[in-house]
Amino acid sequence: MSYDVLVIGGGPAGLSAAINVRARNKQVLVVSNPMEESPLWKAEQIDNYLGLPGVTGPEMLRVMHRHAQAAGVEFREGKVLNTMHMENAWYVSIGSDMESAAAIVLAGGVSRGKKFPGEEELLGKGVSYCATCDGMLYRGRPVAVVGYGDSARKEASFLEGIGCKVTYFHRPGSCSIQGSGKVESITCDGKTAAVDCVFLLRPTMAPTELFPGLAVEGGYVKVDRRMATNLPGVFAAGDCTGLPLQVAKAVGEGLVAGQSAAAYAVQNGQGR
Amino acid sequence: MAVKALKTAEFDGAIQGSHVAVVDFWADWCGPCKMVSPVIDGLEKAYGDRVLVAKVNVDDEHELAARFGVSSIPTVIFFRDGAEVERKIGVQTAGVYQAILEANL
Ligand SMILES: Cc1cc2nc3c(=O)[nH]c(=O)nc-3n(C[C@H](O)[C@H](O)[C@H](O)COP(=O)(O)OP(=O)(O)OC[C@H]3O[C@@H](n4cnc5c(N)ncnc54)[C@H](O)[C@@H]3O)c2cc1C
Repeated sequence: MSYDVLVIGGGPAGLSAAINVRARNKQVLVVSNPMEESPLWKAEQIDNYLGLPGVTGPEMLRVMHRHAQAAGVEFREGKVLNTMHMENAWYVSIGSDMESAAAIVLAGGVSRGKKFPGEEELLGKGVSYCATCDGMLYRGRPVAVVGYGDSARKEASFLEGIGCKVTYFHRPGSCSIQGSGKVESITCDGKTAAVDCVFLLRPTMAPTELFPGLAVEGGYVKVDRRMATNLPGVFAAGDCTGLPLQVAKAVGEGLVAGQSAAAYAVQNGQGR
Repeated sequence: MAVKALKTAEFDGAIQGSHVAVVDFWADWCGPCKMVSPVIDGLEKAYGDRVLVAKVNVDDEHELAARFGVSSIPTVIFFRDGAEVERKIGVQTAGVYQAILEANL
């Protein structure tokens, strides 16, 4: 089904955007990694969010989620891998699925972690970001999974299930990928494995990788007062747009981005 | 005409039988492939009279996927007079594929 607005990221910015799309009575889907893998989940105590002093990160996320659910926001667990703009709509791929919407709110937080040596050169030549997409091409062969959370572990067992021989690297400090023309091995924290494929399952994607041509400034997504980016129908909010990296700022920007995206969908949607 | 789904047995004949061909290697389980699919349909509409626009399901045609060293999907391979001239791995916009076709017509 096609939505008015699709939100990438289920943190404070994305959820705030989503309830404000619902306030305009538009359909909205939030695509995000599991809540427990959000950075805010690790916050022991938050004292600077108005009205909720002393709240823990998990409490805050649960409360925000419940609010969004009650407002009629739809949710999909998973990671957005690619986007594409075609004939007035945005198409977004999530594992083996695809969804579309008239407008997008990018609220993926900060994407930590630099690329590994060899990653860029060997992307598509054995380096993959999508286990469900490329796993089948490596049945019966040795592969490595570099994972950062439970969802990566699930993908590793999916790969084992279809017959890949998996070496799992959990949250390595540093890795490098070797091979000429195609992946031959990976070394993480001093341990080397000979593999045909490396699945890099980071929780986030760099905004410019999700949206080719997206303008950034100082490493953050460039937005105007309406939270519009340089791409048609793409709005951004929260940590991904820059400092300060704080919940209240993310929620405020989410409100603006949600309203802007809803208005854009009304003007440019397919008349729903 | 619809985009032609090529099987292993007919592949070489089809590719050699057309001056320029573009082949989309895809599978059902791949979300990014679903995004590329309508773009390939668009190529068929615009170039179908001059170019063979085809797709190969890598799940059904392991042999072809292995022979062309397809290591990530979607992979779109361009052929001219039966020989590979270029390939694009991952999701690309229509303009990228069109430019390659224009350069090889
Ligand atoms: C330990 C700790 C303590 C903190 N303490 C405070 C505090 O006291 N006060 C305060 O104001 N702030 C605090 N912060 C900062 C606060 O967590 C962030 O500013 C806030 O969470 C930003 O919200 P966001 O919605 O922009 O991004 P995030 O909360 O990072 O949410 C983004 C979500 O999107 C998901 N995502 C990203 N890319 C994709 C993709 N491609 N597909 C699917 N999902 C994706 C991410 O996994 C994540 O769940 C703290 C942070 C940490 C880590």
